[in-house]
Amino acid sequence: MTREGAITGLLALVVGVVAGLLVAPKPPTWLDPYLPVAVVAAVDAAVGGLRAALERVFSDRVFVVSFLSNVLLAAALVALGDALGVGGAMSTAVVVVLGIRIFTNASAVRRSLLKL
Amino acid sequence: MTDELPSRTPRLHVPPPGESPPGELPLGEPADTTGPAGGGPAVVHPTVGKATSGGTGSRVRLLRYVTVLLLAVLGFGVAVMIRIADTPERLAAARPDELATELEDLAVAGRRLEVEATGLEQTRAAVADGARGDADLDRARREAEALAVLAGTGPATGPGVTLRIDDPRGTVEAWILVDALQELRDAGAEAIELSGVRVVASTYIVDAPGGGMTVDGGSVVPPYELRVVGDAHTLAQAMRIPGGVLDTVATRDGAHAEVTNSDRIEIRALRAVPTPRFARPAG
Repeated sequence: MTREGAITGLLALVVGVVAGLLVAPKPPTWLDPYLPVAVVAAVDAAVGGLRAALERVFSDRVFVVSFLSNVLLAAALVALGDALGVGGAMSTAVVVVLGIRIFTNASAVRRSLLKL
Repeated sequence: MTDELPSRTPRLHVPPPGESPPGELPLGEPADTTGPAGGGPAVVHPTVGKATSGGTGSRVRLLRYVTVLLLAVLGFGVAVMIRIADTPERLAAARPDELATELEDLAVAGRRLEVEATGLEQTRAAVADGARGDADLDRARREAEALAVLAGTGPATGPGVTLRIDDPRGTVEAWILVDALQELRDAGAEAIELSGVRVVASTYIVDAPGGGMTVDGGSVVPPYELRVVGDAHTLAQAMRIPGGVLDTVATRDGAHAEVTNSDRIEIRALRAVPTPRFARPAG
């Protein structure tokens, strides 16, 4: 039952990666500080979605909202950090927090997969 | 399965089926490009999870499209970031105007880093100043210790000689000891102790009535023992020089003096630190 959705998502990821590698656009320089944290935030949302899917509670609505709010919030935090003159430290903090969340969700995914 | 999982992530909250309010898609997002709402057959595909099975069909499909699009965007972003990190390849593929822009950006970044470097250099200079202050303190402390040895307020140790003057009949007078001290100082004595009394610049020696001597107010009786820190060989030579201290003592009735070199003389007798009443250190 979840297989079709999972495959669709995976395909979408692969298509995105291929497109990114092929097109290889150069993002504007002013985006440089925000893109990495945005990507990490998106990865966090994706892992959270995977966890929810494995727990059979996945909802597109929740995923879309959390994805976009994650990305925007991460970028906004880094922008705030830049405005306060602690941009580098703020990016590090955001990445660390998101990394912790990714690990938490990944361990939940692992538990779901191994039925432990 | 779900009961043992921590419910810390609010994102995992299951919305009650069928409760999605209309227009809850708050983002003027690329939904319009991907989701031709109502275009396809309005069949519900509950592909993943039960939560999708409750909403109205087209909205659910729209959200599903958005989800897929977002995942694609994520993949795209990851690929772009990886591509960006791959600098040499990117530079080779870049167009001249891109390179010019980048050069400008790098110049701006370079200026910013220069400012930062200036600040850091100032910090380093400040820290180095602090270290130099420490060095000054160390030097002052060493100097104070050296001066304490010379002033007799600190213990001293080092090579030197012991000069022992036996005077069983009390014929050695104070001037002989004063001469001996003078000789020792000329020979480079750095710390002197006379029978337990530290000898300093202000030390005086006078004959005591009824034998012995008064040294700095204290009574000293024969045999006199001078323990001296300095260059042992030079000090001993100074004592043995013809007509010098040993010879002078030998001319006194019954008196005898001898010099012993030593690798290590330890002088523990101390003089109290003087407290000047009037004199103050002048800058």
